[in-house]
Amino acid sequence: MIEWASPALILLAAALLIALTRGHWRSAVILIAPLATLWAVWQVPDGVVSTVRFLDYTIEPVEGSALRRLFATIFAIMAFVGGLFAFRQARWYELSAAFAYASGAVGVCFAGDLITLFLYWELMALFSTVIVWCGGTPAARKAGIRYAMMHLLGGVILKVGIEGVVVHTGSIDIQPMLATNFDTWMILIGILINAAAPPLSAWLADAYPESSPTGSVFLSAFTTKTAVLALILLFPGEPILIGVGLYMVMYGIVYALLENDARRILAYSIVNQVGFMVCAIGIGTQMALNGAAAHAFAHIVYKGLLFMSAGAVVYRTGKNKCADLGGLFRTMPLTTICAIIGALSISSFPLTSGFTTKTLISQAAVDEGLVTVYFLLAAASAGVFLHAGIKFPWFVFFQKDSGLRPKDAPWNMAAAMVIFSVLCIVIGVFPEPFYRLLPYPPVEYHAYTQGKVLYYLQLLLFSGLAFFAMLPLLKRTTTITLDIDWFYRVAAPRVIAVLSTIISRILDTINQYFARFLNAMLMRIRRHYGPEGVLARTWPTGSMVLWVAILLASYLVMYYV
Amino acid sequence: MISSNLPALQVVVPLIAAPVCVLLRRGTLTWLLAWLASWSAAAISIVLLIRVLDQGTISYALGGWLAPWGIEYRVDAVNAFVLVLVSLVGAVIVPYARTSIGAEIRSEQHYLFWTAYLLCLAGLLGVTITGDAFNVFVFLEVSSLATYILIAFGNDRRALVASYQYLIMGTIGATFIVIGVGLLYLMTGTLNLADIAQRISEMPVDRPLLAALAFLTVGISLKLALFPLHLWLPNAYAYAPSVSTAFLAATATKVAVYLLLRFTFTVFGKSHVFDDLPYGEILLALSIAAMFVASLVAIFQEDVKRMFAYSSVAQIGYITLGIGLANTSGLTGSIVHLFNHAVAKGAIFLLLGCVALRIGQPALSQMAGLAKRMPLTAAGLVVAGLSLIGVPGTVGFVSKWYLVMGALEKGWWWLAALVLLSSLLAVVYVWRVVEICYFREPSKDLATANEAPLSMLIPAWVFVIACVYFGLDATVTSETAATAAKTLLESLR
Repeated sequence: MIEWASPALILLAAALLIALTRGHWRSAVILIAPLATLWAVWQVPDGVVSTVRFLDYTIEPVEGSALRRLFATIFAIMAFVGGLFAFRQARWYELSAAFAYASGAVGVCFAGDLITLFLYWELMALFSTVIVWCGGTPAARKAGIRYAMMHLLGGVILKVGIEGVVVHTGSIDIQPMLATNFDTWMILIGILINAAAPPLSAWLADAYPESSPTGSVFLSAFTTKTAVLALILLFPGEPILIGVGLYMVMYGIVYALLENDARRILAYSIVNQVGFMVCAIGIGTQMALNGAAAHAFAHIVYKGLLFMSAGAVVYRTGKNKCADLGGLFRTMPLTTICAIIGALSISSFPLTSGFTTKTLISQAAVDEGLVTVYFLLAAASAGVFLHAGIKFPWFVFFQKDSGLRPKDAPWNMAAAMVIFSVLCIVIGVFPEPFYRLLPYPPVEYHAYTQGKVLYYLQLLLFSGLAFFAMLPLLKRTTTITLDIDWFYRVAAPRVIAVLSTIISRILDTINQYFARFLNAMLMRIRRHYGPEGVLARTWPTGSMVLWVAILLASYLVMYYV
Repeated sequence: MISSNLPALQVVVPLIAAPVCVLLRRGTLTWLLAWLASWSAAAISIVLLIRVLDQGTISYALGGWLAPWGIEYRVDAVNAFVLVLVSLVGAVIVPYARTSIGAEIRSEQHYLFWTAYLLCLAGLLGVTITGDAFNVFVFLEVSSLATYILIAFGNDRRALVASYQYLIMGTIGATFIVIGVGLLYLMTGTLNLADIAQRISEMPVDRPLLAALAFLTVGISLKLALFPLHLWLPNAYAYAPSVSTAFLAATATKVAVYLLLRFTFTVFGKSHVFDDLPYGEILLALSIAAMFVASLVAIFQEDVKRMFAYSSVAQIGYITLGIGLANTSGLTGSIVHLFNHAVAKGAIFLLLGCVALRIGQPALSQMAGLAKRMPLTAAGLVVAGLSLIGVPGTVGFVSKWYLVMGALEKGWWWLAALVLLSSLLAVVYVWRVVEICYFREPSKDLATANEAPLSMLIPAWVFVIACVYFGLDATVTSETAATAAKTLLESLR
């Protein structure tokens, strides 16, 4: 019985207990359950642990491996730190939903078969939607619907794919595959929707910033990273993922640079960072997969940290827009320091976790001789530094003095940020113990070679210079229209950025037309199906009978002919 | 002695109890009697199902007159399953009904309600258990007439019109069925279903046979509210008393589906009529239309009961879809969805009954803030709603899994996609309810309302829990359904 239980169930039970308990008991549940989960994660041995019959299949709710434990570990840690960050500020149903959501993520980690995977997948979709709704504003409610629709659509596509694989191969095992036929394409698309891959990337930046300051911390961690895990398990070395990943990297940078809302900048940069991982999975070597897994781990930590600092700011000031913020370092020193550590990590500054994990991916690209990919990724790293590394902390904490004098983050938020800051630096300074956790040991890789460090420092330095050189341009972020030929005179990454801007404009225009078309459709549907529509109103008895006659007549005619 | 006569007792117990109710005339006494009768019917049906799964088909000659001369009760995996479904639903609703009808029906009419309820139950069980074509018609009329009464009890005046319209439509349906049965009798000279099947398999395909099939299909389609013959259903469900709606939604259409299965597979299965008929294709087309049209209409409804009534039409579309597919997975999906939809819709209508007890039949806007005032009711609605959508972990997932498998086995991935896309429409109407209940401040109707009494909440939550339990541990339902599907397919040529 015990080995039957997935560690995910601990968090699920905790979600229920949060709803049932009050006061200190609830706080105890929030802080203890993730630690218990963490313990349970490390009790799962390699291989299939248990099997259960469901319908006509033997499903494997718990299967362990180094990769699965790695992801489950960070999800459990995230649940703990997120819980610590939120437990005094968030409402109970948001916390309950967050734990159920985390439980779904941990469940996906250990899913040994496609049915279990889908079960937890939908659990996540369901409760992450609730978290978006917990934003409480009308905008959050609307964003929640769009979010739910997108994920349910993804679920539908995934389900068609899974059932197709089951029908055609008879196997529900999770095993590496390539997108070669309809079924596998459906699975791939279903997963990629959760990874915020193009053309459906918009849901992420649409929904996450609408959630509450605490909710966005949870949202940033689980959905996209479980998609990364699923891709590692199911589609390692699928070449198309390289292109998808590169597109995501660029997409994230362009939109983040144009954005004004602090948390939306971070949301776009999730797409960008997941792009690195997806690209690595597309490369598919052991080094690349190690890189993807490691980067996912590090990313959850520093992105959680960044969202926490942004959340603390929103919680204290109630303001989201960069244009309204600024100069907060005076009264929120701790939050500022933590945000900077997170920002340095995401920019892969040496001695931070981002450096030790992202260089794995670059190295893998070099090893495979993918020079273009390597340079694009390097250019993108510079872009990351621009939008997340400098833009976010600069506009929020420095820049002009907005006159706001909020108090620093409450103690529990501060504690959560400090934990993640320390983790960022520990992984950055002592990467070897962390490398041992990776799915394909032994990792013969040394992050701190002279060449790499210098190379990255140069990259970051010059993009930093570029940022401050074009600061006057970036400041007008509320009504930004970028002067195109100006970019040609700046470094190479910017060129790509412009191209992407144009593409995104075109896409936006298409989107607008599509939206107009959709509205017209909706009006028509309402005319026919609305309460007064011909299909919904009460018919006279005679007309009903007429239908019977018509149907009978057509049956008879069709049978006789 | 009793154990060998169980098939007869299955129908006789509620059938006898009904007139006794009229004699007793006292609300409480009749309620207790209904309780006794429905629970014993449920017990009998479970024993029968276990026995059928153990030993195979049971044949029972009524009054000792052997088939094909006498009336035969014939229980196989298919109808044993439906018997359990109908009688269990009937049994769970009875304890709930007392408070609910207390609020919705004048007390001097309670004994009449129970009489109609038991007659309806007896009729539905009779249709299901009998192996005789004319007997089918008789019990169908018993249940239908009782149904018209059950609907007319509604205290909205539109209930009378709804009941009248259903009366007209139901009578036409029953007439078509009897014409079909008559044609079959004309051709074969027998009324025993198994015997008819045997004889028409040896016959050339003739016009009367085709006409019989057409009349039977249309007649039964009327009773099961197949699109576009569903027009009687929304109003009937919307304006009937809560208990009647829950009972009818969970059982009446399901029994009609059973009839369709029985005639399509067992009776006509061996004959050559399907050789060049677009029977499955027509059914598929109508099912798809039902799934989409009815769901779309449901999205725009303001009256919550009417919304879920349209949702029933859509869900029936899923059931007939599996029949149209006519392979093991598709049929299993159909049959298991009979059960799954019954528990989900049963739960929803019972919970809406709880709301109605406090504020009268609710429009959507009146349910604002329900979660604050009646948390258990609102939570139950969410779970049952998720089941309608087909979220994993609920019963809806199991049915849709099989239906999609059935479509993919035929290589029709577009159909699989349609099934799943239509469930996104269910998301929209379920979402509207959830949004109103959870994200609005309580409406003034609900300002002072509190949770319904336990006597109503417990039966409703039995269905809600069943939605989740049979979604996680689907072994019993899906294996029984699979056995039933195989039984039906064996009778195909």
